[in-house]
Amino acid sequence: MNAPTETRGFIGKSVKRREDARFLTGTGRYTDDITLPGQTYGFFLRSPYAHAALKKVDTKAAEAAPGVLSVFTGEHFKAVGGLPCGWLINSIDGTPMKEPKHPILADGKVRYVGDRVALVVAETLQQAKDAALLIDVDYDELPAVVDVAEALNAKGQVHAESADNRCYQWQIGDAAGVEEALKTAAHVTTLSFRNNRLIPNAIEPRAANAAYDRAGDSYTLYVANQNPHVERLLMCAFVLGIPEHKMRVVAPDVGGGFGSKIFLYGEETALVWASKQLNRPIKWTAERSESFLSDAHGRDHATTAQLALDKDGTFLALKVDTTANLGAYLSTFSSCVPTILYATLLAGQYRTPKISCTVNAMFTNTAPVDAYRGAGRPEATYVVERMVETAARELKMDPGEIRRKNFIHEFPYATPVGLTYDIGDYDSTLDKAEKLADVKGFEARRQASEAKGLKRGIGYSAYIEACGIAPSSVAGALGARAGLFEAGEVRVHPTGKVTIFTGSHSHGQGHETTFAQVVADRLGIALEDVEIEHGDTGKILFGMGTYGSRSLAVGGTAIVKALDKVVAKGKKIAAHLLEAADTDIEFEGGQFKVAGTDKAIPFAQVALTAYVPHNFPHDKLEPGLNENAFYDPSNFTYPAGTYICEVEVDPATGVTHIDRFTACDDFGNVVNPMIVEGQVHGGLAQGIGQALLEHGVYDKETGQLLTGSYMDYAMPRADDLPHFTVETVKGTPCTHNPLGVKGCGEAGAIGSPPALINAICHAIGVKDMPMPASPFAVWQAIKSNR
Amino acid sequence: MQAFAYQNPTSVADAAKAVAGGAKLLAGGQSLLAAMKLGLATPEALVDLGQVAGLKGITVSGGTVTIGAMTTHAEVAASKEVQQAIPALAFLASEIGDRQVRNRGTIGGSLANNDPAADYPAAALGLGATVVTDQRSIAADDFFKGLYETALRDGEVITAVKFPVPEKAGYQKFKQPASRFASVGVFVSKGPAGTRVAVTGAKACVFRASALESKLQASWDTASCNGTYLSPSDMTTDLHGSGEYRAALIPVLAGRAVAGS
Repeated sequence: MNAPTETRGFIGKSVKRREDARFLTGTGRYTDDITLPGQTYGFFLRSPYAHAALKKVDTKAAEAAPGVLSVFTGEHFKAVGGLPCGWLINSIDGTPMKEPKHPILADGKVRYVGDRVALVVAETLQQAKDAALLIDVDYDELPAVVDVAEALNAKGQVHAESADNRCYQWQIGDAAGVEEALKTAAHVTTLSFRNNRLIPNAIEPRAANAAYDRAGDSYTLYVANQNPHVERLLMCAFVLGIPEHKMRVVAPDVGGGFGSKIFLYGEETALVWASKQLNRPIKWTAERSESFLSDAHGRDHATTAQLALDKDGTFLALKVDTTANLGAYLSTFSSCVPTILYATLLAGQYRTPKISCTVNAMFTNTAPVDAYRGAGRPEATYVVERMVETAARELKMDPGEIRRKNFIHEFPYATPVGLTYDIGDYDSTLDKAEKLADVKGFEARRQASEAKGLKRGIGYSAYIEACGIAPSSVAGALGARAGLFEAGEVRVHPTGKVTIFTGSHSHGQGHETTFAQVVADRLGIALEDVEIEHGDTGKILFGMGTYGSRSLAVGGTAIVKALDKVVAKGKKIAAHLLEAADTDIEFEGGQFKVAGTDKAIPFAQVALTAYVPHNFPHDKLEPGLNENAFYDPSNFTYPAGTYICEVEVDPATGVTHIDRFTACDDFGNVVNPMIVEGQVHGGLAQGIGQALLEHGVYDKETGQLLTGSYMDYAMPRADDLPHFTVETVKGTPCTHNPLGVKGCGEAGAIGSPPALINAICHAIGVKDMPMPASPFAVWQAIKSNR
Repeated sequence: MQAFAYQNPTSVADAAKAVAGGAKLLAGGQSLLAAMKLGLATPEALVDLGQVAGLKGITVSGGTVTIGAMTTHAEVAASKEVQQAIPALAFLASEIGDRQVRNRGTIGGSLANNDPAADYPAAALGLGATVVTDQRSIAADDFFKGLYETALRDGEVITAVKFPVPEKAGYQKFKQPASRFASVGVFVSKGPAGTRVAVTGAKACVFRASALESKLQASWDTASCNGTYLSPSDMTTDLHGSGEYRAALIPVLAGRAVAGS
């Protein structure tokens, strides 16, 4: 027996995730689950060297091997474009960033370990792998550029287009004003640190299955991807020259992305092109070790920062100098991550009047680096919150007080680095976090730890992020080569059931539940009467996809705009049926009513009338009830909050135990608190993973990936993490979208690393602690501090 | 994984005969099969010991715990007899790998493989165990020869391991954060085999830390271990710790193992 159906008040309810039934019972359908008639299998031969000239790639023996259909190399792709970069950044001197070709398959040179050398297509995967061993490649090894901090003066040169390995040198803010403030300030805090390289590790590796249909001269690409329309646009218009209407991209169930599945990669591009040559569908699924080598990595900054303060701890200026690693090639959004998504966030939650930031972005012989959960904003938050906390410790101020003293209180607030915060209440999240973390009880706990020979410390992080990326006009002015809106369609069926088509893509976020809650609430219908469709360019009118915590704020709003159109049309139909004026009809609780009367008809009856229009205002309206909308927001959204971490460090071993972690966030309005809490938990696990465990390390000489498996790359596990105290305040709803939502997907990963590192520094009395704060690193820091 | 021939004999004699032709013995397969999947090991033939009679089981008598070579880590960890006679050994077994590894991996396989970061070598050396094969008995002190190297001859089959029951014993493992193998594991005991401190994970092969042994022989307490200097010169340095770090961890872990003994 089904429980009585609820039809209103879905906003703010922790509805259980509707998609989980299929995920938990193994009935999800991922790219690798899809096998097409005549299926063949692709295998990529990858470079074992970080940097080498390809003297010879002889594929004859491989082509003759059992089951092999063909072997493709860079020669086949000479006439095809390279993979495009979606964001143009200009250097200080006005010159555009260097954009060397990013080939589909290596063209004369390999530039990182894992670079694609050849694609073998065979009847079975094993045949393709066996044949790959027969490819005779003559590599002439070249000096590798590995460490980003040394790339400028390295022996090696990654691309002929850039003699000093620099892609661009970019600057934002009032550099002269900042220098002046630094000279005269009562106190200047200076720190240099690295933001460690991360490897994404979605549970589902990247995968693609490309099919060409000779009858229609068209293609279908199944791909593990976060934004199928963007994938199609980039591949068709910028690389392969396939007419966009001849290509369907389907991103079915996707097992996690974290940014790494935003990008257009060479693998699926090669598969699509080759599928036409062979007239057979080709499937490829990355092995885990392949994912380590070839997924776009995250972070990898080297930064020096200076914070100028007056004697009372008021911030006067912040100067930031960052060298960012872009890897061997420009991945799709790589150029905007250490610039637009990074330096614009350096004001944090504070009224720092002068801020300047210089970014040198470098090519190295490592895997391409691009957006990874937070994308630039974790790096910015790390700078700001490490600087603020370090300044507080140096000035012997309370870390809460120094923040309160400098918080922005008046909104809208235009920062010195280009953003305008619409609204926020930073005191409320800080106050609440301090209470939940029992900061007052810290000293007693510290003494208890000391009695056991352990060092206890507390660390704060008051983060802000810019989400909902973004107004297209602003993005365009800043160099974006794409629009950043979202599209939604509401198809009301004759029976009053509703299918929503959204350009947002769900790969773990729970859109099928959250979006359905918004729709059911607005239309006053049952949740089970709403279906959410996403991830298929053949079904969805358009979409910019899911990243930057934008789905509900932008994609959800597009749906709301389309729902408004449905309701407006419904009112006209109802007015006709109820013989009232359009303007007298109200829509509430799933009923169209004549205001001030008891005359009403339900939504489903209006829907039926739209499709069986016997009694219908044909002179004024078209039949049917199907509306769509595009929504381009007027600003970013600005989620913010305070995280407080308390650790106990064992000085004998360097082991850090997280005793408690408190996260207090202001996400504006919340549709599904359970899903939001889950997003925060996942984000915290990733942020704590960065701060404590994860580190993508290349050998500095050879450029070999030393952390190429779970034997050496430490992913966070349940027992590495504490019980999280997570509280979402009834905060400040976003002022410029109708849902008042801000986004929550990245907050945990953005806010948590500095809180944890601040706590460890406090515990062991050091100024800096490199990430990850592994037991070995902490032990070394203690030892050198003695 | 490359194709290979497969045999599953039912007696030790047949297994020895089968392996004489150059085949590789397969016990629980938790190291060998993983190496084969990665192409790091490519044996042409495997002889599976899974069906061989008499290689499984635990007996305690006359101050000796005897564990059959094909006894899994999970069985040792859960054994009431082991928990009572040598709780540190049951604890060590419970800390190996993960649940799946413990349900498949065996004591004989682990000792024969002699991974530099494996746990069981520390217990065998730290308790002064005897490795029993189809040909002879080998004292633990003579068994572990180097990196993945033991005193076993080609084709020799471990049948059981005999542990003398100690008065006191303890094990502390410092887990490498990614793999959770022992970055350093220290097994301490005192009893019929003397006072022993065996260390795994820190060098190419398990070894006894004599500096700690002599101090603990004089006084079996944590304080004896504190500040003991061990030379880091031939200790392992990797991403997760330097030789110096490992050398510093050993007395700390030894002291904690003593405290828990």
